[in-house]
Amino acid sequence: MPKRTDIQSVLVIGSGPIVIGQAAEFDYSGTQACRVLKAEGLRVILVNSNPATIMTDPEIADATYIEPITPEYVEKIIAKERPDALLPTLGGQTALNTAIALHESGTLAAHGVELIGASVEAIAKGEDREKFKGVVEAVRQATGHGESARSVICHSMDDVLAGVTELGGYPVVVRPSFTMGGAGSGFAHDEDELRRIAGQGLALSPTTEVLLEESILGWKEYELELMRDRNDNVVVVCSIENLDPMGVHTGDSITVAPAMTLTDREYQILRDIGIAVIREVGVDTGGCNIQFAVDPDDGRIVVIEMNPRVSRSSALASKATGFPIAKIAARLAIGYTLDEIPNDITEETPASFEPTLDYVVVKVPRFAFEKFPAADSSLTTTMKSVGEAMAIGRNFTEALQKALRSVEKKGAPFDFSGAPGTPEEVPGLLATAAVPTDGRLGTVMAAIRAGATPEQVFEATRIDPWFVDQLFLIREVADELAAAEQLTAELLAEAKRHGFSDAQIAGIRDLREDVVREVRHALGVRPVYKTVDTCAAEFAARTPYLYSSYDEETEVTPRERPAVIILGSGPNRIGQGIEFDYSCVHACFALSEAGYETVMVNCNPETVSTDYDTSDRLYFEPLTLEDVLEIVHAESQAGPIAGVIVQLGGQTPLGLAQALKDNGVPIVGTSPEAINLAEERGAFGRVLAEAGLPAPKYGTAFSFDEAKAIAAGIGYPVMVRPSYVLGGRGMRIVYDEPSLAEYLAQHAGLVSEHPVLIDRFLDDAIEIDVDALYDGTELYLGGVMEHIEEAGIHSGDSACALPPITLGGHDIKRLRASTEAIAAGVGVRGLINIQFALAGDILYVLEANPRASRTVPFTSKATAVPLAKAAARISLGATIAELRAEGMLPAHGDGGTLPLDAPISVKEAVMPWSRFRDVHGRGVDTVLGPEMRSTGEVMGIDSAFGTAYAKSQAGAYGALPTKGRAFVSVANRDKRAMIFPARALVEHGFELLATSGTAEVLKRNGIHATVVRKQIEGEGPNGEPTIVQLIHEGQVDLIVNTPYGTGGRLDGYDIRTAAVARGIPCLTTVQALAAAVQGIDALTRGEVGVRALQEHASQLVEARNR
Amino acid sequence: MTATTRTAERTPAVLVLEDGRTFRGQAYGARGETVGEAVFSTGMTGYQETLTDPSYHRQLVVMTAPHIGNTGVNDEDPESRRIWVAGYVVRDPARRHSNWRARRSLEDELTAQGVVGISGVDTRALTRHLRERGAMRAGIFSGAEAAADEAALLARVRSAPQMAGADLAPEVATTEPYVVPAIGEKRFTVAAVDLGIKGMTPHRMAQRGIEVHVLPATATLEDVYAVAPDGVFFSNGPGDPATADHAVALMRGVLERSTPLFGICFGNQILGRALGFGTFKLKYGHRGINQPVKDLTTGKVEVTAHNHGFAVDAPLDRVSDTPYGRVEVSHVCLNDDVVEGLRLLDRPAFSVQYHPEAAAGPHDAAYLFDRFTSLMNTVLMEGQRA
Repeated sequence: MPKRTDIQSVLVIGSGPIVIGQAAEFDYSGTQACRVLKAEGLRVILVNSNPATIMTDPEIADATYIEPITPEYVEKIIAKERPDALLPTLGGQTALNTAIALHESGTLAAHGVELIGASVEAIAKGEDREKFKGVVEAVRQATGHGESARSVICHSMDDVLAGVTELGGYPVVVRPSFTMGGAGSGFAHDEDELRRIAGQGLALSPTTEVLLEESILGWKEYELELMRDRNDNVVVVCSIENLDPMGVHTGDSITVAPAMTLTDREYQILRDIGIAVIREVGVDTGGCNIQFAVDPDDGRIVVIEMNPRVSRSSALASKATGFPIAKIAARLAIGYTLDEIPNDITEETPASFEPTLDYVVVKVPRFAFEKFPAADSSLTTTMKSVGEAMAIGRNFTEALQKALRSVEKKGAPFDFSGAPGTPEEVPGLLATAAVPTDGRLGTVMAAIRAGATPEQVFEATRIDPWFVDQLFLIREVADELAAAEQLTAELLAEAKRHGFSDAQIAGIRDLREDVVREVRHALGVRPVYKTVDTCAAEFAARTPYLYSSYDEETEVTPRERPAVIILGSGPNRIGQGIEFDYSCVHACFALSEAGYETVMVNCNPETVSTDYDTSDRLYFEPLTLEDVLEIVHAESQAGPIAGVIVQLGGQTPLGLAQALKDNGVPIVGTSPEAINLAEERGAFGRVLAEAGLPAPKYGTAFSFDEAKAIAAGIGYPVMVRPSYVLGGRGMRIVYDEPSLAEYLAQHAGLVSEHPVLIDRFLDDAIEIDVDALYDGTELYLGGVMEHIEEAGIHSGDSACALPPITLGGHDIKRLRASTEAIAAGVGVRGLINIQFALAGDILYVLEANPRASRTVPFTSKATAVPLAKAAARISLGATIAELRAEGMLPAHGDGGTLPLDAPISVKEAVMPWSRFRDVHGRGVDTVLGPEMRSTGEVMGIDSAFGTAYAKSQAGAYGALPTKGRAFVSVANRDKRAMIFPARALVEHGFELLATSGTAEVLKRNGIHATVVRKQIEGEGPNGEPTIVQLIHEGQVDLIVNTPYGTGGRLDGYDIRTAAVARGIPCLTTVQALAAAVQGIDALTRGEVGVRALQEHASQLVEARNR
Repeated sequence: MTATTRTAERTPAVLVLEDGRTFRGQAYGARGETVGEAVFSTGMTGYQETLTDPSYHRQLVVMTAPHIGNTGVNDEDPESRRIWVAGYVVRDPARRHSNWRARRSLEDELTAQGVVGISGVDTRALTRHLRERGAMRAGIFSGAEAAADEAALLARVRSAPQMAGADLAPEVATTEPYVVPAIGEKRFTVAAVDLGIKGMTPHRMAQRGIEVHVLPATATLEDVYAVAPDGVFFSNGPGDPATADHAVALMRGVLERSTPLFGICFGNQILGRALGFGTFKLKYGHRGINQPVKDLTTGKVEVTAHNHGFAVDAPLDRVSDTPYGRVEVSHVCLNDDVVEGLRLLDRPAFSVQYHPEAAAGPHDAAYLFDRFTSLMNTVLMEGQRA
């Protein structure tokens, strides 16, 4: 059945900012889908508020709307673009929810837009718990297999006690009916717990009803990824087995593909159920993910849930198998059938088959608990990880150990260097391992080393005995390495086959890593590279998607063109996210176009960079020195190498730069020495001094005594941080000596390796970010971003505007001169990012990073110039003049000379606060500070700042209110500036609440504000609530709170925490207030329109050429 | 096993291919020597079914999935009374199995049944080699044999019989007839000619109310009609269909009587030959459980289990005239356009090259058994009306 002819244009909804549970995988899926649809000749209209995505590149869609993904904005886009269809299954839950809202409001019907990919009914059946139970029951009738977890409804304690017997005993899950957010639910392991939890549950439930459900904790957990076409052809793309049994969210579990511990009979039953579910739910075209729990004792199968859309697991499955689910889902949605779509990898066989793997894939999640020390770090059914790494090996042990080193976390790879624990430690270690946490596998290995038996490990963790045995196998190989007289070729090959890194072997043998490598190379033990080909070599693969293995035969083919190897950024984490992948992908595109063979190295399955379509060759490999050196070696055997690019993938590749160069690898672009120069404060200070540029006073300390002396010299408050970190990890503002001592004690681990940097903290300064290109002679100022928040908040967490809204021509001139002096002084060839602070009239240099920054995609989109592409070209020798002549950069001017009518872009950070709870279930502290904690960002773009700002807030947190109650509490210095915007709020009909000081000033200016109590004042004598209580009660719609310095800061943070918990917009600067008022003004007058990026760009180009 | 002796305790083994390429590894299963045709199977699950599938008789089976033996061996999943593969080639055999149905380990089972295997070889390199050069004879030599001169081993491989021209069905089929009773109410009687039948096949029929009389490969037309069958079935089996003259003659007898007929795999090739088509050896065959087959009558695609090294040479694009009336190709493999099914238009007979009984493999093609019952039903009704 060929393509439908009745659809000429389609609206695709993206997933918005990166948040926990909804990350880069949707950029990967969405990009694939948009490209396919465009290639099919459809007009593709895209909406996504996230600028750091490839899908929002202007080439990917015909009309790209970087607008908030809310029903209001999407409706405006629909009204303007009049698409024939809406494809909502590629943008995660955000897209699905928005599509449902547009359906329910009648918008889709009114504009004649057809929902394709999944019907409203199918979405409801998949998402609604009760409806899904019905689906499972129908499937049971049809196939004889599968069921929902057994449950009994109880109305009294007698019912409850009888219910436990009916369910077959403890533990049971208690779920009170009709309570908010699942309040009162919990696990009962015995009668005492049951009486307590169920008693409370019966009381909490408005209908005195609790649902008692059998516990399936500890069961084996599986997932299937399925696709179905309009002809009812169904294929299972991939099976995934969770190493962590039921009880840990699959996003937080270590997962393995294909399933390892199912017989064919059992697997086929899951497959039958999966197919019956997708039919029963009615996903007519596209993909879905179904999760199963299997009782390890008797094989009973509980169908847990299904997602009627492309998901994180489907991105993983695509990367794990080479079967591009999103791409095929897009084709199916417009009418093709599976047998009409070719398999990209073999080119000869169709997509209507099921991939078969001759390797093992392991995914390991990456957590960021170090950023949220108060958060409960045990793993539950709520996802907490911020990223993941995937590894491929020819067996499980190889894949697992590669994955563990791919997550780039200290302590993640098994460590056999120390002495094993004693048998007395086993019970303690097992008890620790019984609670799922980040790094549980390391604890399991410690227990094994200390003498735990396989049975004990299984009892404690319920990890399947086959996996447990694989861990024992790894331990045995480690023991063998330790006991051997010398490292022989046979022994090294054996260790390598089970995934041991040179570093691990070095640890075991008490050698240096490079010595192990030398020995290994001398003995001829090197990896080969195998192809991910969807078919276990049954057919020849045309797409070089490679992974390493210590096996016999390599599949790297010779090539003629010079290769550029681009090192990616590894697993997403806070501070190093999708923005860096964006730059790497752009480098691939630009260099491929310039005639190079592009070779991508990365281990993050969520990204566009690890799509086999992005580069000419893809190595899905860990980003460690060893793994990269082996790839460089393999590629140098295949043909000429032009160089390795390290400056685009963030800190991960940068950290390898010097060692690669020391091993003779040609690094192109900014040299490793120049990178070190910028990192090393002393040398960098000399660059600044030579250029006559002021930097805040600072010092470098290796001990508390040194730190104390430096801080005293600079004067408190000071900013302290470890050197060599990204995202401000461990950075803090310290107000006095005791806090400094406490800080150093806390960060002893970090400090032992690298010194602590101590900077003067610039209070009340405007922070400015600059992205620039430098080719050795000419500077191209990519963009100047003015932060909306004060200095001291990490640049990744603060909102900013481009072009800067309060800086004049003189300031830009100074910024340009400083940037050029630093770029030249450091020796940049490519991108540099510099952070400045403008305090009074002094422009301080805070730091310089000679690499692609987090803001490159934002700057590129705001100015319609592909900075990362240009940087990649400059790295390989092109000059800015040449790139201007080519048209990649504008012929004249740059990002510092944007025309006055250029659109204003605002970037806003998105924080993950709401995902985390402390061990008592309370929200974690939401203080913004010098350590970055945001997971993603949105962009608002419009012709005026106010509107752009309003859009950025709507994209990040939901729309600014246009009426209601506004709470105002500002620092003394801001009181004058507050009066006009406060008056404007009143004129818009807002009721003002204020703390006494602010209320007094307002009153004197003729503005009425109701006085409310501060948090520190506590509740009033007659129960008058404090402002924080009011916020929690939902009585406040807008918060304006500018910090007052040390003491006031804390009260403000309480307010801010409450605001986040309730999802209420909170403005922390008077500039933001003024901006918000402009936004509210525009919203009230109905003036906020939508405009495609392509329209903005053509206007900008026109203005530039005037 | 102490850690230091892990590698030392291994018994070496070598796989020698007829074209001279060798792969060194460790002994797996029984020690000794075995020769046969090296073929690869791409199924990720179902090793127990594969091992016991009689169609693999005299073949050295290379598993492309690296981990084999994870779920051990149980008593329910074998497809016949014994393991038939002549040798087994795997990469990472399980050291410990895990499954609630498992009774013993796979390696113990292989050893007990005397199946010589090899582990630790680059099965992907071997598979690519077989894909490029075609299935070929090979030998596995383990223990003392592995140390022998490679030229001598190669000579032993080259002296083994070829698969082309091999008549193997009589070697694997039952020698005595037996009956698989219908499950529930009996609706039909089927005579199933065992050319290497898998246990799941009569079970699938029994589930549909069929009493299955499994007959030896040497059964005569009289034997077949002695059970008063409503339909006749020709099973899968090993060997070259070009040698199966007895089965072809038997099938022609059934066609002449217009008894409803269904064939699977070898049975499809027999039908091809009975109709006058040729058969040929595929370069490296179809062995796996992920093969896309299109039912040309409905346009639907099914994911199917395959195990065939030979195929029928019939035109895809038109109806052919045969002594038994018109016949069309009903199913085709979408990977390579190989004939996967035949259907007679003037007589109640059809066959498929793949495995609707699906053990191992997906159940997508189970409807073919329903097609067989409805064919028998139609003929019965017509008989009653007549």
